[in-house]
Amino acid sequence: MSILVFIEVRDGKIRRVSHEVLGAARRLADSMGGKPVVAVVVGSAIQDVPSLGPAGADKALVCDAPQFEKYSPDGYATVVAAAVGRSGADTALFAATSMGKDLSPRVAARLKAGLATDCTALGAEGGRVVATRPVMAGKALAEVRWDGLQVASLRPKIFEALAPDSSRSVAVESLAPGVSEADLKVRTVEVKAASAGKLDLTEAEVIVSGGRGMKGPENYNILEDLAAALGGVVGASRAAVDAGWRPHGDQVGQTGKTVSPKLYVACGISGAIQHLAGISSSRCIVAINKDAEAPIFKVADYGLVGDVFEVVPALTEAVKKLNSH
Amino acid sequence: MKIVVCLKQVPDSETRVKLDPTGKSLDSAGVSLVVNPYDEYAIEEALKLKEAAGAGEVIILTLGASGAATAIRNALAMGADRGILLKADTANADARAISEALSSTIKELSPDLVLCGKQAIDDDGAQVGPRIAELLGWPCVTVVTKLEISPGKVRAEREIEGGIEVCECALPAVITAQKGLNEPRYASLKGIMAAKKKEILEQDVTLSAPGLVTSSMSLPAGRSAGRMVGSGKEAVPELVRILREEARVI
Ligand SMILES: Cc1cc2nc3c(=O)[nH]c(=O)nc-3n(C[C@H](O)[C@H](O)[C@H](O)COP(=O)(O)OP(=O)(O)OC[C@H]3O[C@@H](n4cnc5c(N)ncnc54)[C@H](O)[C@@H]3O)c2cc1C
Ligand SMILES: Nc1ncnc2c1ncn2[C@@H]1O[C@H](COP(=O)(O)O)[C@@H](O)[C@H]1O
Repeated sequence: MSILVFIEVRDGKIRRVSHEVLGAARRLADSMGGKPVVAVVVGSAIQDVPSLGPAGADKALVCDAPQFEKYSPDGYATVVAAAVGRSGADTALFAATSMGKDLSPRVAARLKAGLATDCTALGAEGGRVVATRPVMAGKALAEVRWDGLQVASLRPKIFEALAPDSSRSVAVESLAPGVSEADLKVRTVEVKAASAGKLDLTEAEVIVSGGRGMKGPENYNILEDLAAALGGVVGASRAAVDAGWRPHGDQVGQTGKTVSPKLYVACGISGAIQHLAGISSSRCIVAINKDAEAPIFKVADYGLVGDVFEVVPALTEAVKKLNSH
Repeated sequence: MKIVVCLKQVPDSETRVKLDPTGKSLDSAGVSLVVNPYDEYAIEEALKLKEAAGAGEVIILTLGASGAATAIRNALAMGADRGILLKADTANADARAISEALSSTIKELSPDLVLCGKQAIDDDGAQVGPRIAELLGWPCVTVVTKLEISPGKVRAEREIEGGIEVCECALPAVITAQKGLNEPRYASLKGIMAAKKKEILEQDVTLSAPGLVTSSMSLPAGRSAGRMVGSGKEAVPELVRILREEARVI
């Protein structure tokens, strides 16, 4: 019995989040007496497969085909389902990214397996996996177990990648796509980048978010400046998104993104329960709000009462000064 | 065009959760139930597609307890044509069992399109839509923010990290709706009155055994209020010092 890990490739490159999943798989495998960890890698002109060894994989099943240059739900599902069979896996792990969230239910359905999505902890008990997953946007935690094949997706930025161990190497085998162009029911015809190089909120180490207190879309430049100084990205409350100030993809919260950055700076955000649901796994929350009674201060690690238009630019300057030292 | 919208009734997003005495599930006492917010986008899209086509039918399909009829009624008040409630005991159900039950009803209905929410805000599973598609052997595009349907063909935009994927597939298909797809309408008074006369067909179903079992529930250690650093820009140097030296996050 082995643990299979789906490795996500975009533009030929292995995504960092897959190293997190490999790290989680390796630790789980070791705690279960050292089962093999098998990576399944799907894409086109895939680079850096040998790096999977030092990252925790014993074996890599690589399906490198031009037809998989872009994500294909049906094609990838066929390959991954075949890899489960070939590797004799009793567990299949994915990252809970947009690709992993799309792919894992399809693979689970094909293999008639239970699926635990967006897990935040994995453990072993009596040779079986026990996982923790947040429900109700993190207001509660469910402990889950499987009957049969164990399929799970893991929330990004929660599990740590291993420090690369160069003494480990990976045995590489190739895997045929097993599907023709005609079998692909959904085709990805185009990938539009939102703004080149912009990090997604779910992957960012630092997020500076603005709410209704920002007063209008034109004022977000002060948040962009602070985010740039901190090496982060800008997010928003639903009030700001609904007002049309920011795109939907920027919304943080129960019906937006669940984020887990190192630092979350809430600017002019009151701290409604739905907003807090999306930020509770942040390591450090800073709130800047002119209302000392705002609920956000009840969850923030550090609070500053003040006008965002005065405090944020001063903070940006102070951070820049610190960086230049 | 015949469209099925899968609608789930869920606790209001304002809900403050409590565990029930068994520690295996959440206490449902006093919790108000609503239409899953993402399913509202699915309903709106279905209604718009029907209006644009000038013909067709929008069927709301829900699996849940008898009380879930209220949520179906809400969708009928928005303008959907009829509802089907699969009554089941969902205490130990998982997405595999629920998708099986939903897909067998969908198969009988044989629609052109199935719309789901991208995720139910109670279990946060985000899997019922694509599972239904796999069970039916239909194409599926998830987390859709833009949908265009021309005869027999679907063009959908889905949100991915840092961008948008544009996908194409044939009908029949399953689409899961993301915020941004549209602006759900409110039910008009006329709609609410009309909904009272619309049919909701109730059927008892027995779910198959789950593949995923919840063994216990717990509440996360809540974040406690931290420290007020001060007020105004005078407090900025202290905040920066704390973030660097104590929190070590900058
Ligand atoms: C089903 C449902 C789902 C939802 N999902 C989400 C979600 O995913 N994410 C989300 O964020 N919300 C969500 N909400 C909405 C949520 O309930 C709140 O309405 C929303 O979060 C409020 O946004 P806000 O804090 O920006 O605005 P407000 O609550 O209006 O707060 C603005 C804050 O700015 C402060 N302020 C004003 N001017 C200044 C200034 N010059 N300087 C400093 N501070 C200032 C004010 O003191 C106030 O605290 C959802 C609601 C529902 C019903
Ligand atoms: N019990 C149910 N009845 C009807 N539709 C459901 C049910 N559960 C889930 N769905 C649909 O599947 C979507 C995703 O749910 P989930 O996979 O539970 O997050 C929901 O937004 C609904 O459209």
